[in-house]
Amino acid sequence: MTSKIKRGVSLYSFQEEMFLGRMSVEDCIAFAASIGARGIEILPEQNMPSFPHVTDREVEHWKEMVARHGCELTCYDMFLDTKLRRDRMMTDEEQIASIRRDLSLCARLGIRNMRVLVFVRPDILERCVPYAEELDVHMGVEVHAPWHMEHAWLLRTVEIADRLGTKHLGLLPDMGIFMKHYPPAWRARFEREGARPDVAQFIVDQHEAKIMAEYTIYEVAVKMRGNPAEVRMAETLRHAPYSNPKRIGDYMPYFRHIQAKFYEMTPDARDPSLAYEEVISELVAGGWEGYLSSEYEGNRWIQDVEDVDSREQVRRQQLMLGRLLGQAGQEARHV
Amino acid sequence: MFDKYLIDERTVHNTGPADAPDGFSFQAKLGYYRGLGLSMIEELTVSIDGEALPREAVRLDDGNGPLTLDEMETAYDRRWHFGTAATILVTRVGGFPEGQHQIELRQKLRISYLPFPALNSDSKTVTRR
Repeated sequence: MTSKIKRGVSLYSFQEEMFLGRMSVEDCIAFAASIGARGIEILPEQNMPSFPHVTDREVEHWKEMVARHGCELTCYDMFLDTKLRRDRMMTDEEQIASIRRDLSLCARLGIRNMRVLVFVRPDILERCVPYAEELDVHMGVEVHAPWHMEHAWLLRTVEIADRLGTKHLGLLPDMGIFMKHYPPAWRARFEREGARPDVAQFIVDQHEAKIMAEYTIYEVAVKMRGNPAEVRMAETLRHAPYSNPKRIGDYMPYFRHIQAKFYEMTPDARDPSLAYEEVISELVAGGWEGYLSSEYEGNRWIQDVEDVDSREQVRRQQLMLGRLLGQAGQEARHV
Repeated sequence: MFDKYLIDERTVHNTGPADAPDGFSFQAKLGYYRGLGLSMIEELTVSIDGEALPREAVRLDDGNGPLTLDEMETAYDRRWHFGTAATILVTRVGGFPEGQHQIELRQKLRISYLPFPALNSDSKTVTRR
């Protein structure tokens, strides 16, 4: 059995270079194609200067550009500005109108997966299902740390999808929920900001032991009289869950795309933090089909001291994904 | 986010008559990984040598004409695009002070999915003769 899991890249990965004007959108797509990652995930609010007034001509330009590099658009990352106004929250009707606007642009671009921010209310999404079905776009609620696969908030979306019997509402896992080890890049940043090495090591050890965040935060802030950088580092534990990879199989019917989040890759193409090996073997064993879409989020942790090289980071992660998919495929053949 | 890239210190220059400047301007970027509607930019605080200038002295021009922070609150149809420099105009008699000074920009953004405001800040040294 050969896995049908494909490798792609989110343009989010190149935010450093694009922000600084060192790479254009097309540079990013050309690079992704050059390393065999032919699925392109986009953030219209980042990558389309005319958003939300994107013309048909611009849509055609995007389709041609992606095709020119032998790629396809895989996922549309939406946003929802519920706090657009200072004086009040968006009404339910306004929220639905904003989501419909995104569904419409997503469909015009020929994209069939829309990443929905995790904070969007499930009952609002329920009211968007008929339009998503009409356009044949899957709304995948991002399972993003500190939420996790079986968080009750996300189970509300699963429950709605089941009740409606729809194939157009579900989940979209972000691999950041599988944080097995504390990211070395995070630790290094906090040490540069003043965290003492012994306190940083204590926090890393606590995470390694999977001790619930609030115990560690109290230890650091109160008992150890931690300095501000140490307290901030301890507080990151609230956002560093290790969701059980064995459970991802139960939710496979609900997701069609995965954001392959990562914070750093080692020179020998390993992720020192996230449990890719365990998760990919579950995905392959379950026969999941879809894109693993590289989402590099390490720039913000190192940009204070070094030049960010997002291409090299993505290249290393793609090497790892290729290796793990190949290995898992072989293991599956032996079963 | 992107803090150290917010201010382009090479662009600081005075506005108004050369012999009697009424303010100064500089190019800046939004410290966020996507563009944002101007109504969600709650504060743009400009300081010189640690002293903040009044809120009403600051305006932002995204290329479609300058707006005060109060005017931006209801500018629902305008956005500060990702990675794109906008002009920040500051009213200050005499313009930017002569000699070497520290200019600081703080941004307070209302990001709907965050429970708290997002804060960015950058500080650069500017020498004006």
